[in-house]
Amino acid sequence: MSARAVIAEDLYLLREGLVHLLQAHGFEVVAAVESGPELLKALTTERPDVAVVDVRLPPTFTDEGLQAALAARRAIPGLPVLVLSQHVEQLYARELLADGSGAIGYLLKDRVFNAEQFVDAVRRVAAGGTAMDPEVIAKLLASTARHEPLGELTPREREVLELMAEGRSNTAISQRLFLSESAVGKHTAGIFTKLGLAPSDDDNRRVLAVLTYLNAARS
Amino acid sequence: MRRYAVATARALPLGLLALTDVVLTVVVVLMIVLSFALGLIFLFPPGARMLRRRTALARRLSDRWLGREIGPSYLPPPPPVRRQPDGWYRHDRQLYKTPRVPEWNNRWKWMFGDPATWRDLLWVTLNPLLGAALLLPVIAIGYAVSTARQGQPVALLLGLMAVAATAATPWLLRFYGWWNEMLLGPTAKSLLASRIHSLNQAHLETADSQAAELRRIERDLHDGAQARLVAIGMTLGAVEALVETDPTAAKALLGKAREASSTALTELRGLVRGIHPPVLSERGLGDAVRALALDSPLEVKVTVDLKTRPEPPVESAAYFSISELLTNAVRHGGADRVWIDISNQGKTLRVTVTDDGSGGADPARGSGLRGIERRLAAFDGVLAISSPPGGPTIVTVDLPHALAWEDDSDKTAQMPKWKWAIVGFGYGLGWLPLFPQGIVTAIMKIIEHENKSWFYILYLPEPVQWPLIIFNIALGIVMYGAAVLIPIQHSRERWMAEATPRRLWLHR
Repeated sequence: MSARAVIAEDLYLLREGLVHLLQAHGFEVVAAVESGPELLKALTTERPDVAVVDVRLPPTFTDEGLQAALAARRAIPGLPVLVLSQHVEQLYARELLADGSGAIGYLLKDRVFNAEQFVDAVRRVAAGGTAMDPEVIAKLLASTARHEPLGELTPREREVLELMAEGRSNTAISQRLFLSESAVGKHTAGIFTKLGLAPSDDDNRRVLAVLTYLNAARS
Repeated sequence: MRRYAVATARALPLGLLALTDVVLTVVVVLMIVLSFALGLIFLFPPGARMLRRRTALARRLSDRWLGREIGPSYLPPPPPVRRQPDGWYRHDRQLYKTPRVPEWNNRWKWMFGDPATWRDLLWVTLNPLLGAALLLPVIAIGYAVSTARQGQPVALLLGLMAVAATAATPWLLRFYGWWNEMLLGPTAKSLLASRIHSLNQAHLETADSQAAELRRIERDLHDGAQARLVAIGMTLGAVEALVETDPTAAKALLGKAREASSTALTELRGLVRGIHPPVLSERGLGDAVRALALDSPLEVKVTVDLKTRPEPPVESAAYFSISELLTNAVRHGGADRVWIDISNQGKTLRVTVTDDGSGGADPARGSGLRGIERRLAAFDGVLAISSPPGGPTIVTVDLPHALAWEDDSDKTAQMPKWKWAIVGFGYGLGWLPLFPQGIVTAIMKIIEHENKSWFYILYLPEPVQWPLIIFNIALGIVMYGAAVLIPIQHSRERWMAEATPRRLWLHR
């Protein structure tokens, strides 16, 4: 059975584009809405396998989409939501991840340009994983660079951490960095040791662990 | 005891100083007379300047010794003479080669036309008299002591007088302070004039910085996104030509176009962030500053205590000020931790940014701080910096009236109880003197009705009857009038106080 998706986006062209893109990759789009209240209704009644949500939606054109997604996730814990935005904020990423149940994506709208990567991210979120925009990760790392013990990481380990935080598996990281999978495993183990985290194979737990750590480092 | 000693010790130098004003008065009056009688007009500005220096000293002493803060009362100085496009300087209908003459003309007209100059002169002229009064206690003590030495019996009486004079000194000083404020303090007119002056200044600066901002945006768009879109268009054109003959090359070009569009978007994002950060419009000041704090490499703690959202322009000004201050803390301060506190003090939005850096920030040097001041000027905002070498640096930004309609606890909003009492009394009892004991009694008297009933005036002797009737009618009208006018007057005062700087209404 194909995954059921809900799309919320106020620009007609982009909405239709997303619908076509997801349908072409085997998703069943059960609702494509254009405002916050509609989105909340669609999320709670349809209970989709994944929702692709724009942050800024009518009627107020503030963070309606984000609020609706958060409200829906309060009602249905772990509801997979991929949030799209013209800009990324660590603040929003933290709010999305705060409940710790995973199945969260937060990407720049530009990422839609690369259909494969985008659909991959949607699938990851639908499967309960995470997909963080590299820009969010870069900001996180830049703003925490001065804090111990993140400074102890080697440059390679930082690269691995960045990809890990985006929500990628060891296999994907090894392909991206042209390393053997065992070498990546060694690096992740090194990171976990340096950050004082228990190693785990679970993608979702890995990202959450990383982000929780980064959160904790700041407060 | 100490109080009287301090008062006497202060009265002595103030009095002596005031006595020397006799000389100053003679000199200045002479200069003014000469400048007009003999046309030696160049003597006027130095004379006025001497007066101003003397009154400046008096204001300082008032503040320090008499506990009365007296602001300058002068009209704002004339703006500098501008060079015309043809290189000449103009004053009225005459042209000059250098700005010297027109500037001098402006200055002396400014001093001559300012009523404060003449009030200064009046103060200096009368000051010796008051100064002598201030010296009374000292003179009395001295006289009493010297007569006691000589063993004259009158010394006892003089001693009593000295004690009385010393006891009166604090009141004397208070009167002197009040007198100073009367003549040297700002008038409503001068306050308004300097307010308009500063508003004009702020207005010009805002317009200037706005124009500069627009130019920057135009340039960024022109060199950035616009250029990239042109490139994308051209690439797509090439793709169109190639797609049938060389699909591989076309595909490579499409990839390039996609990349270019991505870069254009990134640039636009940066630009938008500089104009108005999206998170500010989405979440308001508090969360926008929190987002800023998260992106900062420093450890930033943000506390926000606001009941309502300020107006968007104020929010934006506050946000960019905080952003700039945070950048400063990173770049110059060498700070590790920053505390940002946003709260409301009545109608004022107050932002405090504290860092544990090395301090030594100077608004005169840092163009960043100057930029913040300019941004804040549009909203009457004030920037205060405390940054001793070695830190910590504390910057406070106050935006008055930022939360204009929020504060209901303002005292002027509610009428005081005694006013309510008068209004109630007027409406409740105003009818009594006006109708039965006033107008109706008058009618009774005119038609010479037999029954005196309860119209008390008719029981009184004939000659006082008419005056009392008129008095009662007048009393009733006054009571009703007060009841109607007091609330009107009150709300007008309140409105004026809201619309104008508060101090003005203290000086009315």
